[in-house]
Amino acid sequence: MMRLFEEQKGTIAAIAVLALLAVSSIVIVDETEQAVVLRFREPARVINRFQPGEDFGNTGAGVVFRIPFVESLTLIDKRMLTVSMDRQQVLSTDQQPLEVDAFARFRIIDPVRMVKSAGTTAQAIEQLKPILSSQLRQELGKRSFQSLLTAERGQAMRNIKEGIDREARQYGAQVIDVRIKRADLPEGTPLNSAFARMTNSKEQDSATIVAQGERDAQIIRAEAQATSSKIYADSFGQDANFYDFWRAMRSYEATFANPKNPGQSTIILSPDNDYLRQFRGKGQ
Amino acid sequence: MRKLGNVIAGGWLAMAGGKSPWGGGKSGGAGDGSSEPANDAANGDADGSVDAPQADPPKGPRNPWASAGDQAPPRRSPSMEDILRPRARKAGGGGGGGGPSFPRLPERPDGKSWAVPIVGAVALLWLGVSTTHVLGSTEQGIVTTLGKYTRTANSGMSFTLPWPIEKMTVADVTSIKRDFIPEGDDEKLMLTSDQNLVNISYLVRWNIKDLKLYNFQLDDPQDTVREVAEAAMRAAVAEVPLKDAMGGSGRAQIEMSVRQRMQAILDAYRSGVMIQGVDIKKTDPPKEVVEAFQKVTAAQQQAQQQVTAAKQWAQQLITQSQGNAAEFNKVYEQYKLAPEVTRRRIYYETMERVLSTNDKIIMEANGVNSYLPLPEIKRRAPASAGEQK
Repeated sequence: MMRLFEEQKGTIAAIAVLALLAVSSIVIVDETEQAVVLRFREPARVINRFQPGEDFGNTGAGVVFRIPFVESLTLIDKRMLTVSMDRQQVLSTDQQPLEVDAFARFRIIDPVRMVKSAGTTAQAIEQLKPILSSQLRQELGKRSFQSLLTAERGQAMRNIKEGIDREARQYGAQVIDVRIKRADLPEGTPLNSAFARMTNSKEQDSATIVAQGERDAQIIRAEAQATSSKIYADSFGQDANFYDFWRAMRSYEATFANPKNPGQSTIILSPDNDYLRQFRGKGQ
Repeated sequence: MRKLGNVIAGGWLAMAGGKSPWGGGKSGGAGDGSSEPANDAANGDADGSVDAPQADPPKGPRNPWASAGDQAPPRRSPSMEDILRPRARKAGGGGGGGGPSFPRLPERPDGKSWAVPIVGAVALLWLGVSTTHVLGSTEQGIVTTLGKYTRTANSGMSFTLPWPIEKMTVADVTSIKRDFIPEGDDEKLMLTSDQNLVNISYLVRWNIKDLKLYNFQLDDPQDTVREVAEAAMRAAVAEVPLKDAMGGSGRAQIEMSVRQRMQAILDAYRSGVMIQGVDIKKTDPPKEVVEAFQKVTAAQQQAQQQVTAAKQWAQQLITQSQGNAAEFNKVYEQYKLAPEVTRRRIYYETMERVLSTNDKIIMEANGVNSYLPLPEIKRRAPASAGEQK
């Protein structure tokens, strides 16, 4: 074994050198990366460049050859990347402040330009950040508070996207989407006044609800009385004369023959009273 | 884990190669590039040149003297082996000292080193681990060949070429991932269309629709799903008034619209994500105004109570009047049959009840003044009252 090494040292060394050369001339480019080949630090060609709609497996990813020592590769992310904006206060046209959190999605579509202008994707993101926030502030500042809340409905988001896209192109990036993640009232006066408004409105609501309840109860009672009246009228109206008699009888009984307080009245009867007609023994 | 195994396997291979005398230097050179091989060659040459003088000088002078002293040559010939062997070991040891991660592999049990069986075992292990993949029923694996996507492996057992050539990335595809937003119990206030605030917490359920897109399209798909969910929820809530955001049917509508929005955005990103559902867990008023909201609830209950009481009363009243009317109707029915008799009967019966329970005075003639006895006096003299009757 040792002897073999001893004897073949030259060959082995040569093989090693060749292998190293081979290894250093091969680069593996992942599906998620695009590679800019730099020849003497000048961009020469792009490998696995993003093509819209292409299918994975048919891309330029895989093994790539380069001339050792002459060419070097810079790998740039091929995937969709995110720029997250720091929280930003926006003032609407009606002078109401709103704190906005937004993000933009972009992709490097021109890696050569990207390598020349920003260098790395991280740097591109850093440079896109202030652009995003200034675009956002500019565009949203043109709108009323109400339309800020529903910015997606109008042209606003499209304008912002186009605005930042124009700037992003110089870094070889294409902005795909801009979204407002959060839109909040700033802490302090704006938030507290919103709370106060909500409380007031709710208290008003409570008062109204109580009053409505009272009104409804009253109406229900009145309707019942009307119904009751009608029932009586329908019934008693058959014979007003008899009703008068019958009701009087009931009334006398309730007044004078009430079992709850008996014998408290003194009734003076004239002998002419109809009740005593037979008592007098006069007539039939 | 699999990946770690691969790395170790690769490392050991390199080490095993470095067991040769001049390999110690090479283990460092392999990673760095092209300048090292030259050094290696130089080392090798140097070793060779050192070997020769050390071995030869003893041989040269001793041989002629060997005839004189017989014992010397037999003793010397093994010593030449000895000279070589420690030297070989020394070189290996020196190389090991230089290469930081490789202290002493050749443990020299009985002549041959462990290297061959170890290398074999490691190679087998490496082959086994990096070529055989068993995927669970919910999993899929993306196979890349030297960085290029080649195929998607489904659940069950599948084989790939060993690691550096083919690589498999496995992910759980069908089981549903749940994102709670916000995490924990923080208050997350959102503005509604009537500029009120509502505290919403919700849950997004999603899974991977297309693992290929999921792996290759977005830099951070999980985070993207969350961010898109937040944006979609904010936009949906901003389009409805507070009442709808808090109430039942409005809630379902929001869930629906968030889900549709999210799917549309994520499809536009070609993210390979499928939104299974968005569930609003709770919508509360901000804690600063909870009290006012509770007042409204109390007011509603109070109003409800009043209405209920009124309804009860009304029911009673109507029933009562129906009873009275029914009674009258019955009596009247009979009255109609024999009006005069019935009338008199009722009259007498009633008068009977009335007069029997009360004090009565019957007075003759008009114009006679009489002093009515007060009831108290009468009660004191019941006898006289009886006489008066």
